[in-house]
This record gives sequence, C-alpha cells and structure tokens, in this order.
Amino acid sequence: MFRRIRPILTKEFRQIRRDKRSLGVLLVLPAFLIFLIGYALNFDVKHAPLAVFDQDKKQASRELIQAFINNEYFSYRHTVGQDREIATLLGEGKALIAIVIPPGFSRELLAGRDASVQVLVDGSNANTATAVLGYTSAVLQSFSSKLTMRTMQRVGRELYLPLDFRPKVWYNPELVSAKFLVPGLIGFILMISGVVSTSLSVVKENERGTMEQIMVSPLSTRQVIIGKTIPYLIIGLLGSVLVLLVGFFLFDIVIRGNLFWLYVGIGLFLLAALGQGVLISTIAQTQQVAFILSVFSSLLPTFLLSGFVFPIRSMPIILQILSNVAPAKFFLIVVRSVILKGAGPGAFWDQLVFLAIFALLTLGISILRLRKRIE
Amino acid sequence: MSPSAIEVKNLTKRFGSFTAVDHISFTVERGDVFGFLGANGAGKSTTIRMLCGLLESSEGTASVGGYDINSESERIKQNIGYMSQKFSLYEDLTVQENIRFFGGVYGLGNDELQKRMSWVIEMAGLKGREKSLTKELAGGWKQRLALGCAVLHKPKIVFLDEPTGGVDPISRRNFWELIGQLSQEGVTVLVTTHFLDEAEYCNNIIFINAGKLIANGSPKTLKSRHITFPIMEVECTKAVEAMEVLQTQPWVQELSIFGTNLHVGVNEELSGRKQIINILSGRNIPVKRIDKIMPSLEDVFLHLLENDARERRN
Repeated sequence: MFRRIRPILTKEFRQIRRDKRSLGVLLVLPAFLIFLIGYALNFDVKHAPLAVFDQDKKQASRELIQAFINNEYFSYRHTVGQDREIATLLGEGKALIAIVIPPGFSRELLAGRDASVQVLVDGSNANTATAVLGYTSAVLQSFSSKLTMRTMQRVGRELYLPLDFRPKVWYNPELVSAKFLVPGLIGFILMISGVVSTSLSVVKENERGTMEQIMVSPLSTRQVIIGKTIPYLIIGLLGSVLVLLVGFFLFDIVIRGNLFWLYVGIGLFLLAALGQGVLISTIAQTQQVAFILSVFSSLLPTFLLSGFVFPIRSMPIILQILSNVAPAKFFLIVVRSVILKGAGPGAFWDQLVFLAIFALLTLGISILRLRKRIE
Repeated sequence: MSPSAIEVKNLTKRFGSFTAVDHISFTVERGDVFGFLGANGAGKSTTIRMLCGLLESSEGTASVGGYDINSESERIKQNIGYMSQKFSLYEDLTVQENIRFFGGVYGLGNDELQKRMSWVIEMAGLKGREKSLTKELAGGWKQRLALGCAVLHKPKIVFLDEPTGGVDPISRRNFWELIGQLSQEGVTVLVTTHFLDEAEYCNNIIFINAGKLIANGSPKTLKSRHITFPIMEVECTKAVEAMEVLQTQPWVQELSIFGTNLHVGVNEELSGRKQIINILSGRNIPVKRIDKIMPSLEDVFLHLLENDARERRN
C-alpha cells in the first residue's frame, strides 16, 4: 500500500515546492492572517470619546467628570456649551457618549436630594453602545456609593453594604477579546487554507489529463486520495505551528492544556478541511469553480456558524442544527478548551469523534467520486 | 491465455440515449500495430477507455491480454501502457522526475528504474535535458517522453490514443518509427488516429463511424476490397468548379477533393480519362494533368463513409 503511495507523495511535495504561491498560501498566509485579523477584530471598547455638557460647574459636577476621566474606558474630548452641539458631535461620530449635568446638580446633592444626570449614547453600533453603557453605569454607581459613604460619615455612621461583589473571571481574567478570538481564528484560517489548497488538486490533474494517466495505472483511487491528502496535512500542521507562535508572541495566547491533544484536534480538523477540499475537487469541473466553491463553503459556515464570533447558543434552533456542517464548530470547542481552559480530552473527546467522522465521510465520498468521475 | 492480444465482441457503450460505441467486434493479434480509424467523435476514445478499464461497457465483452475488461480490469492495468493525446505528463516536474513518478506508480525497483530511465532518455532524445522542466520541452519531445513513461514497465500491450496530435511532421515520422520498434519487440500496439497517411504504417486497421465498425483489414486488402475501380487524379485550375461538374455524371463512382487535386473514381481507366477531359474542357476548365493513382486509405475511408451514409439514409 505505502510503496505505491510514495511516488504520489514525492510528486505532490515537489509540485507544492515549485509552486511558490500555493506554498505561501499554506504556510505564511495563516500566520499573517492571524496577525491581521487578530488586531482588527477587537470587541474591547476603550477610550470612548466623551463629550460633557456641564451646566453646574460646581465641585460635585467636577468630581463626576473626574471619575470619567480617571479610567481607560473614556477619553474626555469635548466640552459642550449647548444642547445642539451634542447632537452634532454624536452625529458626526466625534463622541460616542455625552453626559449632561443639569444646573443645581451639586446643590441638590449637598441638600441630600436626588440629582439626575443625562447620558446620551451613540447606539448605531449595538456592541459598543452596550459596552459603553455598562462602563458608564459602573462609573455612576461607584460615584453614588462614594457620595453616600461621605454623607453617612458626616452623620457619624458606617456605610453598610449587604452584598460584597467580588467577581473573579476565569480563563481570560482581563476579558481581552483577543484571547477568545485568536483560538477561533486558528480554526477559521486553517479551514480556509486547508479547503482551498486541496480543492484544486484533483481538478488540476483532470484538466491536464494526468488523472486519467494515473487511473489506467495499477494505483487505486484510495491510494491516490490518500497520497494527495498527506502532503497537505503535513504542510497544514507546519502552518499551524506558525499560527500558534504568532498567537503566543503577539497576543499572549498561552496553551494551558496538553499540546498533544491540541495537535490531535488540529490534525483531525485539518483532515476534515482537506477532505472537504478534495471532495470539491472531485465534483467541480474546472479550477475556477473549485476555487469559488471552496472559498464559499469554508468561509461562510466557518465565520457564521462555527461560534467563532457569534455564539451558537443564541442562534435560532434551525441554525443551531445547521451549524453541524461546519467542522470548525467542533474544532473551536477543542481548541478553546485546550488553549484557554487547559482542559483534558474528557471535555472534548466527542468533538474529536465528530471531526474524525467528518474527515472520513468527505475523504470516503471523494474516493468513490473519483472512481465515478473518470468515466 | 487466449492467443490474441485483444478480443472484442459486440462491445457497446451507451451514455443515456446516445450510443457512442455500437456492437463493435474485432481481434488484435500479438505484435500487431493495429490502427483504429475514425472521425472525431466516432467512438475511438470511448472504445479505448473501455479496453483500459477506465470505462465500463454497457454490453458485450472484451479481453485484453487474456483478462476480461469488466471483471479483471485491475490485472489489465498492470499489463498495459496507455498514452493519450494530451501527453499526460506533469509540466511542473522535470523529465527525470516524471519518469521516476511513473516508474514508482508501476512499482519498478531502483535498478530497473535506472535502466528504464536511461532507455527512455535515449529513446526520446532527451540526453542533457534530464533536469529540464517538462513544460519547457517542445511537442515532439513531450510526445516521446509520454510514450516512454507509458511503456516504462514493459507492457505487452500499448494503447495510444491520438498520439500524434499537435506535433510536427518530422516528429510524427520519428514517432511511428518508435511504434515500429515496439512492435518488433513483440509489443502489441493499438493506436487511434485521424491522420490517414499514418494508418499505412499499420498491419491491420478498423474504421469506425458513428460508433459502428464499417471496415476491417490490412491497408492493402482494404484498398483492393473496397476500391474496385480505377482512381484518376486530376489537376486543374478550378477544382471546386470541376467537382460540381463531375458530381452529376453517372459514370463517376467516387469523387473527392485534395487541395487543388481531384480524385475521381471511374468505371474504366481509358474511357474515364477521356470522359473527364471532355466534360471539363467543355466547361472551359483546362486539365493540367491526369494520372491513374493507387488508391490511398483516404480514398477508401471517404468511399466507406459515403456508403455508410447512403445505407443509413435508406
């Protein structure tokens, strides 16, 4: 069996080596994309431009403004003198949030009465708006409790808070979105480069007529498919090492779990991706069709349905079922468990089984299709 | 083992409602150079693909090297060589790498591979170009390299599907010399072509048209069997016009145009010569030259096609 596969392996490696472009796509592009997308895809909101309309201009209002300035989530950009200006600033995107402090704010507070602050947020990007509102409410909350505390002290009593809120976030304590995204990105990128690379392999030989030449030889279709998959698997694994290195050096992604199990996952996932590519290759009539099919069939499901960005749990049930067509869905669970949580195979063995099934199915169908295809 | 290299009985291939090969039967003897002639789309490639085990037959049987094409196609694959008109080589591999690849595919050991490699390079005239990429080779070299790769494992039977397409005349001639050598070594060669001059090199020929076998025999017997009348080659200035004139004459058996020459089949040489000159000069078409010629296979083929078309009409 292996003696007959070897010439195919040698040949495929030689062809890949000579084709500098595909070698680049397989090895360097994944690492480059991690770098690019890792920085671009960032859901953390920091330094939200802030506009303040302070109609009070007393001590309490200045303290409140100071509370907003004293953290990295806001940056104080505009001092506003009129209501109209706020509309302009928010409209032009020069401010994400505006705070209006009414006249008499400090007086009311000193008198021990309720004072109100108006907060206006640009809601055109719901994600950012939610984050900014969250930060704002936290700032106002702590400002309020500080005031209460002061009042109590003045009357000689201690402040009593019944609940002591001490959150401790596991796995990603700083809640940096890169930590969540980069492992997903590994799946996203390996999927695309895997599918695209093999999708051309069979079509190209069909177009050249070399596939026919191989089919009249004693090689079986199984040997041909296996021989064509292994080189891309090896190169894909090398590419994934680069990706992990970039993740480590640029995004501080440390692999907490077992490297062996991570690579079992990556290997099976690559096989699934390569299988999907080979399958496309046995169906498409021309290289162009194969390329388009491979990009769409890998990019869209992986981006939308794998849980890479959008949590599967909050999808309608039909999409949740449909999400099973994306092998990246299973892989992301594995890769996040191993990299972020340091979990062992007990947490994701079922995902590995799904990946293996996906790979076996696509490669198996490819072998059958190739036999049919020649006719 | 059956004594013949290839035996085909009522072989048929249908694609849906279209019959590409229609109950073809023929036998190829060992060591033959067997020509498989027909226009494009006549069913030549389909037949070859069935014989090589690339395609299953819809009906009929055939054996290649004694093995049945439907039940023993794996045995056949080890024992045949196949080369198609595409010269299926890897363009991005070097000459040597291509030879190594196909040698490996057929399971040649190292020593054997080295021997065969130098043979192929010698045969294809590629000495000094072993490390050139295949895409840099001219057509004739590619063609000979492809043949070399197809016979690396010394198959007893070789299928060549339009092996001389897109190659210059000198390369074509060289190529046929190689085929002759193979045949002398006892290799059976089945070759398809639509160059009828090439068919003269074959011991035996079959003609197929629209999936049906229409003639079978050696070039010599085909000519004597089917062309029973003298053929006159007429050179004149207005060949097309002359053809229109002659077409309507009842004594013209056969008429075809080859460049500026006409081939006219007549009932009898002397009277035919007179009749042609008379009628053409009567229409003001001067005849430069008129000779009786040996019929070529082209004449035979055109004659057969015409008969076949006539039969189909009736």
